[in-house]
Amino acid sequence: MRVRGVTAAMLLLGIALCCAAKAQDLASFEKRTTVKVLPNGLTLIICERPEAPVFSFFTLVDAGSADDPQGDSGLAHMFEHMAFKGSTEIGTTNYPAEKVALAKVEAAYAAYDAEFRKRVGQDPAKLERLRKIFNDAQAVAEKYVIPNQFSEIAEQNGAVGINASTGEDSTQYFWSMPSNRLQLWAYLESQRIGHPVEREFYKERDVVQEERRMRIDSSPTGRMVEQLLATAYVAHPYGRSGVGWESEISQVTATEAEAFHKKYYVPSNIVIAVVGDVKAATAMPILERYFAPIPAGPKPEPMTTIEPPQFAEKSVVIREATQPFYIEGYHRPDYRDPDDAVYDAITDIFSNGRTARLYRSLVRDQRIAAEAEGFSGFPGEKYPGLFAVYAVPLPGHSPEEMRTAIHKELDRLKNEDVTDEELARFKTRARADLLRGLADNEGLAHQLAEYQTRYGDWRELFRQLDRINAVTKADVRRVANKIFIASNRTSAQIDFTPPQQKSPEPSKLPTPRTPTPAQTGGAK
Amino acid sequence: MMKGYLMMRFAGAVLTVLLTTMSGSAQTATAPASTSRTATAQPWTKIPIPPLHAFKPEQPKRIELANGLVIFLQEDHELPFINGTILIRGGSRDEPANKIGLVSLYGQTWRTSGTTTVDGDKLDNELENKAANLETSGGTATTSVNWSSLKDDFDTVFTATMDLLLHPNFKADKLLLAKRQIETGIARRNDDASEIANREAIKLVYGATNPYARQPEYATVDAVTLADLKAWHDKTVVPNGMIVAVSGDFNSAAMEAKLRTAFGSMKRGTLISTPDIDFTAPEHAVYFADKNDVDQSNVVIVGLGTKRSNPDYYALSVMNEVFSGGFGSRVVQDVRTKLGLAYDVGGSFGASYDHPGIFYVIAGTKSVSTVAATQAMLAEVEKLKTEPPTPNELRKAKDQVLNSFVFHYDSPEKTLNEQVILAFYGYPPDFLDKYKTGIEKVTSADVARVANKYVDPSKLAIVVVGNEAQITPKLDTLGKVTDLDITIPPPPGHPTK
Repeated sequence: MRVRGVTAAMLLLGIALCCAAKAQDLASFEKRTTVKVLPNGLTLIICERPEAPVFSFFTLVDAGSADDPQGDSGLAHMFEHMAFKGSTEIGTTNYPAEKVALAKVEAAYAAYDAEFRKRVGQDPAKLERLRKIFNDAQAVAEKYVIPNQFSEIAEQNGAVGINASTGEDSTQYFWSMPSNRLQLWAYLESQRIGHPVEREFYKERDVVQEERRMRIDSSPTGRMVEQLLATAYVAHPYGRSGVGWESEISQVTATEAEAFHKKYYVPSNIVIAVVGDVKAATAMPILERYFAPIPAGPKPEPMTTIEPPQFAEKSVVIREATQPFYIEGYHRPDYRDPDDAVYDAITDIFSNGRTARLYRSLVRDQRIAAEAEGFSGFPGEKYPGLFAVYAVPLPGHSPEEMRTAIHKELDRLKNEDVTDEELARFKTRARADLLRGLADNEGLAHQLAEYQTRYGDWRELFRQLDRINAVTKADVRRVANKIFIASNRTSAQIDFTPPQQKSPEPSKLPTPRTPTPAQTGGAK
Repeated sequence: MMKGYLMMRFAGAVLTVLLTTMSGSAQTATAPASTSRTATAQPWTKIPIPPLHAFKPEQPKRIELANGLVIFLQEDHELPFINGTILIRGGSRDEPANKIGLVSLYGQTWRTSGTTTVDGDKLDNELENKAANLETSGGTATTSVNWSSLKDDFDTVFTATMDLLLHPNFKADKLLLAKRQIETGIARRNDDASEIANREAIKLVYGATNPYARQPEYATVDAVTLADLKAWHDKTVVPNGMIVAVSGDFNSAAMEAKLRTAFGSMKRGTLISTPDIDFTAPEHAVYFADKNDVDQSNVVIVGLGTKRSNPDYYALSVMNEVFSGGFGSRVVQDVRTKLGLAYDVGGSFGASYDHPGIFYVIAGTKSVSTVAATQAMLAEVEKLKTEPPTPNELRKAKDQVLNSFVFHYDSPEKTLNEQVILAFYGYPPDFLDKYKTGIEKVTSADVARVANKYVDPSKLAIVVVGNEAQITPKLDTLGKVTDLDITIPPPPGHPTK
């Protein structure tokens, strides 16, 4: 409910109104933001923003694709899909019976999988028999399923923007709801975090394969980017496909998903932020009631792999009948690096708006690119990621021209100071962008959860401005000289190659082998 | 912390390639109308749902000037910003057929060229140094000017906005820059299978030369001149064809005075008139485009939708929820959850404000299940006519619309935008209230009636873009297949490749 009285406002003059505006700074947020770490380790953040009778939540699990076990790429993402399948109480007609049936599915799958993976002496008849047993077991388990009941309860209660995403660094769940459904939401969320059931797992695996086909296999830039990362990283999991390699998705099991949940979805690895028409005094006890009973577990051990320094330039050249593209990346430290804000400055100066250097150079003045930008923290920022720069050539221009033009701009950054105007603009925009994001429940919930996770304190959302303000011209030049060097570079490009002359009637050609996912899997 | 994703914008189209995250949208749903299932305790049904806090969003203040210009003011003091929009009647649907792309080029060139006193590049610096925006763009029914700044910079930025509106200075080099952008979009338009499928589907449902479907080509872009941009500006920038909407941290009385001064002296002009456009539903047929570098088929089934002014809009909206409204809908439930045939699946019986929307069902499925997925989608369309919503389906669909209703107006900006759109298309300001009442009254019989009246499987075109060599069984299982010619006509004066 909007508490600023309309009548009162009308009686006041403009000048008074201006002063009545809420201060949007750390102090004002301190007053309406409450953090509570439950005994089981789960962190709850409530931020009061009673502008309208709605709230948004953002659940951040500090585990993502980078945490996929070796041989199980795509597992974090697979689990994210499964988090919509319900719980021991939601989505089932009879959980005890379903549990027995699901155990049989796993046993049947294990038997099938063991035969399937035999390198020598696989018995096709036996394999087919085992597949049938597996299919039958699934059919039995499905009888207990009330499909999509979890999402349906949310939707029926007015939830909008129901979604989740899996990144390399974390997995997040979010939606918005009318504020009288806060308790219902707390119940739903605690159910899927605390008591998920891996039902319909193998059908969802097919859905995830379709997602892979859409995002990667059937997309020229999707294919290119997957290869760029696979080439840039030799040791760290940032080099693995986040959605998962096709063979590994096709062999992942519900048992493995359960193990992933047990290890990474422990309360101490989760931060939940709620923003909107909620009062911490009354809401916190409700949230505690649902989230406190989730059993504690050990925080997962930190990752040991550190990407070794790159010492030779690497490149990927894709020759196919799609339009040209160029992208390159340079390894940079993770977000805790003292120079983190310097990378933000370079991103801003390179890419933000029509004053940006890459736009002015490649797009406006040289007229060789439709678009050119640089960005930092790719594919993640929790671990050392890449500073990437890409350009989309105009018709008639080549990836090589993009590369040359980009390098010219990188050299300029290394050899000359950025201007006072550029640096001041970066700082002004950083402050304004932060402010612009504060009047939005969903965005705010995201920011609070993210900063609480990454820095252990949501206040860093505001304090980052101090680090941004401290960036100097010398810092930009120093950092540019440190990372923008050839031996730290990996590039990927698409070179347009005209299609092979096709036979006039391709439909008359014999149909080649039709691959099915289950036949292409390799050993794990 | 900056986000690591790529945004690629070609010719106004925004392609977002998410590199770091995979969203699980369309996460499935639908409880089949089961009667035999005895659900367990269902503890959630016992959770109390208190009444929603009383909330009446403040409506924007509407002002009409003597010259016909309409102003909406929406105070919002949460943040120290002021945002404005000028909506100008006339868009790409009104551009000549031999100059398709004109309005898009106009929208880009207008701002980048700048004004007779301030060069566009200089304007870029001045605005960005203040973290302010001033942008122009061309749309289907309108062109628009948008600005945003910290409130302390309002006077400077608004002065620049008015300068741009009244004294534009279209420049040849900026027109060329915009042309190259659109040409890049043309050159790349066959790289993405879903883009091909959507484009061809729209052409089939509206007709290839229909103003809502036609595409810019090298020749039509090449034909646009600086004189065309100036003429378009002079023709459309008339106060009686404009709506100005301002929201943010200001006092309405003071803002009204400023806007009256700024716009009051503009002279009325002749409104651009959109000719009547003919809409004929497509014939039932299968259309195909081959793309040999994909392993997934994009299937789009399309027919004509309706207008929002249709009295059956409410019943059709409920039908939409039952059919494809998110996780609980029949299409998602069947094609994704039950059959596991697609990740990206959806549909809608579309309703536009002043012309028929598009009825579509869409899915991406692996090549070998192309026919199976298409058949499942068609079966759901057919089922709309044969199986009216069960009481449970109806209740869920209406609950979904009504319980989330507050999200139509949970921010001053949404409330403002709603009123601007309604005013632009001549709808009553209480349309949203009527919509809510209308939805509440819809019965299962209403849904059955509109499904039979508006859904006609014999007038649906099926568009498939996929890898022909991998598709088995063959597409002709679905009926006669017509190959789509998606060849890009070369630029004028260039020989065919």
